[in-house]
Amino acid sequence: MIDGFLALYIFMLAAFTGYEIIARVPVILHTPLMSGSNFVHGIVVVGAMVALGHAQTPLEQVIGFVGVLLGAGNAAGGYVVTERMLDMFKASKKKEGG
Amino acid sequence: METLLPGLIKASYFLAALLFIVGLKRMSSPRTARTGILWAGVGMLVAVAATFALPGLHNRELMLAAIVLGTAAAWWSGRRVAMTAMPQMVALYNGMGGGAAAAIGLAELIAAAAWINAHPGQCAFAAAPAATCLAPSATVLAYVGLFIGAVSFAGSLIAFAKLQGWMDRRFVFSGQRALNGVILLAALALGAWTLTADFGSGLQVSLLAIVVFAALALALGLLMTLPIGGADMPVVISLYNAFTGLAVAFEGYVLQNEAMIIAGMVVGAAGTLLTQLMARAMNRSLGNVLFGSFGAAGGAAQAIAGAQKPIEAADAAVMMAYAERVVIVPGYGMAVAQAQHKVWEFAQALIARGVKVRFAIHPVAGRMPGHMNVLLAEAGVPYDLIADMDDINPEFPTTDVVLVIGANDVVNPVARTDPSSPIYGMPILDVATAKNVIVVKRGKGTGFAGIENALFYADNARMLYGDGQAAVASLIAELKAMDG
Repeated sequence: MIDGFLALYIFMLAAFTGYEIIARVPVILHTPLMSGSNFVHGIVVVGAMVALGHAQTPLEQVIGFVGVLLGAGNAAGGYVVTERMLDMFKASKKKEGG
Repeated sequence: METLLPGLIKASYFLAALLFIVGLKRMSSPRTARTGILWAGVGMLVAVAATFALPGLHNRELMLAAIVLGTAAAWWSGRRVAMTAMPQMVALYNGMGGGAAAAIGLAELIAAAAWINAHPGQCAFAAAPAATCLAPSATVLAYVGLFIGAVSFAGSLIAFAKLQGWMDRRFVFSGQRALNGVILLAALALGAWTLTADFGSGLQVSLLAIVVFAALALALGLLMTLPIGGADMPVVISLYNAFTGLAVAFEGYVLQNEAMIIAGMVVGAAGTLLTQLMARAMNRSLGNVLFGSFGAAGGAAQAIAGAQKPIEAADAAVMMAYAERVVIVPGYGMAVAQAQHKVWEFAQALIARGVKVRFAIHPVAGRMPGHMNVLLAEAGVPYDLIADMDDINPEFPTTDVVLVIGANDVVNPVARTDPSSPIYGMPILDVATAKNVIVVKRGKGTGFAGIENALFYADNARMLYGDGQAAVASLIAELKAMDG
């Protein structure tokens, strides 16, 4: 069980981690990073799967199904968009290297 | 196997959380950014696979169907969309995440309510609650996560619609703020009331109240975002990105899922900081973005004397061909015209003639910080030719020609000179101090903020009217003709 103060510690440390990761980032990476963090919270699909797995009534099943659908969209869409953005940095690097 | 499996699943979530953090860290440096998303992607696959193996879950066929459908639709749309449309796609996918978090909260609260109603009093705060009861802290966070997730869902979809151009107008009516306040208070009261039923002895939890609670959150997200102008959208999207992260973390606590807690909280904090950085770059406080009435004070702005002076492409090309230093300032107009490749071609032609060319990028050029950098990178412009606002501003007085393509508000000198202007105080690219300024512009209209641009009337400024792509193409043609 993650409960009470243990949860608070995790919340706090994770928050500092997120803050530190962004704190010294060049402006050119802000959009890709926003997109990347958008992908990372796509982990919500895992929670939606659990919620759907617990669902017993048709109403809960519908809500769970919509949740998994949206969560999967968040993860997949976030990945594709971030990858496409970052791919451009590769292309320009190749040209620089000759 | 039965005893090993839970440990393996926990280990998978740990690995996923680790990969997310390492992935984000790698994404924060241009050198390692590309592998960063791969690491995070592996983390996601590991977590999803582990969840399938979780014992005691039902509806696995539905799960698989929803994952396949959601992934396919998002993958297809994400591949297809043009690079200029990236900001609204981020908004769209972010909204989906917020919706998913809200759905988790809704499903868990409804399931908990059904159990409480079937076993009256057993989850009462005073009595020792049964083990199957959702803990009080988890119940509270389920409501909070549901609320934040639903606000992010509705708000992000409005942001998407606005950036996509489906919804041009800002929607403002009197008493809007008061209405938002009332909705927020109503949601808080309703949440508190259902909570007393959740933990009171023998009380029935109303399913309708939970659904109305979610509907109020959706309405608030909608109403909060409707009056916000397009120029402020990046800040808003970033804020909702942070919101979704927090909602995911809270629902992760409800489900006792470590990967969700950590990933959600990291994004929540990172997103909050990113939002602040963006708001600061536009010299707007977050409260101002959300509750301010941008553009409403425009009537009192000083009138601008003089006229816009047009220039022909041939003259503009000669001016730049024989200049020593040229700075190109791209804006959203360049992105819309898809002119970044042409612009780089033109810059290369100038460089070949010995002109020192640099690109100056305002922190909020385009629709998101870094959006313009991404577009220039797409065209193949090397990093070292791209300068930040702080680096380039001192160099403008020694610059012969500044070529402004599709940028407007970020080069408007009234931000420095006219205290009554809504953009007064916003840091700008100080192009007016250069010897000559050539502005490529579609017509005589105002920028996104709806403010007249004093730069266009300045003595050293010349207007090259036309579509960005066509105008730069004619500049290239004139350069070639010169070599001839």
